Amino acid sequence: MSAYKTNNKMVGWIEERLPIFSMLQHSAVEYPTPKNLNYWWNFGSLAGFMLVVMILTGVFLAMNYTPHTTMAFNSVERIMRDVNYGWLLRYLHMNGASMFFVLVYTHMFRGLYYGSYKAPRELLWWVGVVIFLAMMATAFMGYVLPWGQMSFWGATVITNLFSAFPVVGQYIVTWLWGGFSVDNPTLNRFFSLHYLLPFVIFALVFIHLWALHTVKSNNPLGIDVKSPQDTIPFHPYFTIKDLFGIGVFMMVYLAFVFYAPNFFGEPDNYIPANPMVTPPHIVPEWYFLPFYAILRAVPNKLGGVLMMFGAIVVLLFLPWLDTSKVRSGRFRPIFKQAFLLFIIDCVVLGYVGSQPPADTITLIGRIATAYYFFHFLILLPLLGKIEKPKPLPASISAPVLRGGGMAAGATAKPMEKA
Amino acid sequence: MQKLIRNVLAAALVAGAAPAALANEGGPELMKPGFSFDGVFGRYDPAALKRGFQVFHEICSNCHSLSLVAYRNLAAIGLTEDEIKAVAAEREIQAGPNDEGQMFNRPGRPSDHYIPPFPNEKAAAVANGGAAPPDLSLMAKARHGGPNYIYSLMLGFEDTPPDGVHIPDGKFYNKFFPGNAISMPPPIQDDAVTYADGTKATKAQIAHDVATFLNWAAEPELDARKSLGLKVLGFLAVLTALFYALKRQIWKNVH
Repeated sequence: MSAYKTNNKMVGWIEERLPIFSMLQHSAVEYPTPKNLNYWWNFGSLAGFMLVVMILTGVFLAMNYTPHTTMAFNSVERIMRDVNYGWLLRYLHMNGASMFFVLVYTHMFRGLYYGSYKAPRELLWWVGVVIFLAMMATAFMGYVLPWGQMSFWGATVITNLFSAFPVVGQYIVTWLWGGFSVDNPTLNRFFSLHYLLPFVIFALVFIHLWALHTVKSNNPLGIDVKSPQDTIPFHPYFTIKDLFGIGVFMMVYLAFVFYAPNFFGEPDNYIPANPMVTPPHIVPEWYFLPFYAILRAVPNKLGGVLMMFGAIVVLLFLPWLDTSKVRSGRFRPIFKQAFLLFIIDCVVLGYVGSQPPADTITLIGRIATAYYFFHFLILLPLLGKIEKPKPLPASISAPVLRGGGMAAGATAKPMEKA
Repeated sequence: MQKLIRNVLAAALVAGAAPAALANEGGPELMKPGFSFDGVFGRYDPAALKRGFQVFHEICSNCHSLSLVAYRNLAAIGLTEDEIKAVAAEREIQAGPNDEGQMFNRPGRPSDHYIPPFPNEKAAAVANGGAAPPDLSLMAKARHGGPNYIYSLMLGFEDTPPDGVHIPDGKFYNKFFPGNAISMPPPIQDDAVTYADGTKATKAQIAHDVATFLNWAAEPELDARKSLGLKVLGFLAVLTALFYALKRQIWKNVH
């Protein structure tokens, strides 16, 4: 890291008093980044971009939204019909939530595959898990705000989960509701918290980045950076790569916004909430389906709730459950297969969560739930002991130079990256 | 790069597969007549909208409300200002209080939302055999299949239910309605309306037109949304291509 120099008097004046320019120079320009990052490393910055989009669209939606049981549904429809480009704001926000989860799930699976949770990145991983939890809470409360049938009944089902706790359960639920059923006080507090939590997430993202910039990025080889030749500065290499990623992502995201805006939604949520009519089939949004399946896999309500939370809590223990010293799945032949099975298991859980309960579905759900925990609690600790990893390259630069046999640092023929 | 796009799309598809799998819960598959507003380049057919409005106005609106649509919105489907005023004035709405403190009735205005046929839900229910006709503003978004569901429901009535299906008194058999016993009597027949533009009013034509109109009532922004989408995605394609070229350029000496 070079000391920050400037000829601009104004910049110099500010820098002496608040070293914001040297900080930017240090963390956004010079930040040494492994040069072998593949496109899976785009998803972190994409998720950060999505958070900003959600906050911006959300702030403008809040200007036109009324958090009252008698007016919420119609105020959303007023946004759709009478507010200039209100339909665009709302569809951006609505599909943005789904996209945010697509990005964050991809980001998490990337971390799982390349061992990004292993020492010294345990706290970085932990902050990530907390962000994920905060996102789930935010998304759940946001879904309640339009006050459609799924909003109301989703809120009823999820808040009722807390009644499973012995003795205090019912008191917790009453306290959450602010009354004796999901009603106006519930909607009001959900709106308040839905507006608050994104800023908490924003702060957590800064802590996430702080930890990242302390321990530096992992890379697809999972080996440590050994020399400056292994890294390139963040700018311009990753600023342009992230911009390109944002361009590709925006095309996918906006294709949904403009051409299938209700693809991820449930038609029932276009029916105003009615406490007297239960929809035949209450389903959460797709990003909760695997957890919903785990919840329903256990015949005991408290057991189901604990298993569902356990499915996320287990991620916190992952740095110690995975006993392998090798980070990247690339050099772990058996882990690679197990990882694929784990992804399939998550998709199966998602499917099971979307289906009305039936004998075969429940059975599949139970097997898939068992496998989910088997993967983390038994397979990963065991694999580290029995698996023989492939030999690791000597350095990040080494595998690239292997073919040409040229000295490090020499200007070899341009080679396509990505 | 191709791999990346494929993966992103795959993720999106997996994500969407679950809701999609739910799209048709039991019951026969919906009829899909095809609509002018299907697909990326699809737009509303103005003539169909106008015919559909005529069907709604002459038939559906006798029992169903359309509370999210204001009379002034009808300008978007080609009604003139005078026509809108005339349609709005057909029903009265309670207003007031006036300077004497009295409530009074006045004819509807273009700024009013479509005035419902019944003063409240109880009145609607008692006039319709106990089941209040639902509001139709969002019907095309609030049912799996959307306009296809409306179209199918209109044509799904059968005089005699199949063997083993019992339909209670005062209900009607409709093969597309969940549970098959619907409280609404068959609302349309051939020539139930006389179209101003001379189109032959077959049952299927009427169903198709009213499904188009109700889709407009639910998604009045559809034309604007799809046009803007083309421009935005076209712009993004160029911008992303430039980003990619720049990325290649910047990275060309990294090994």
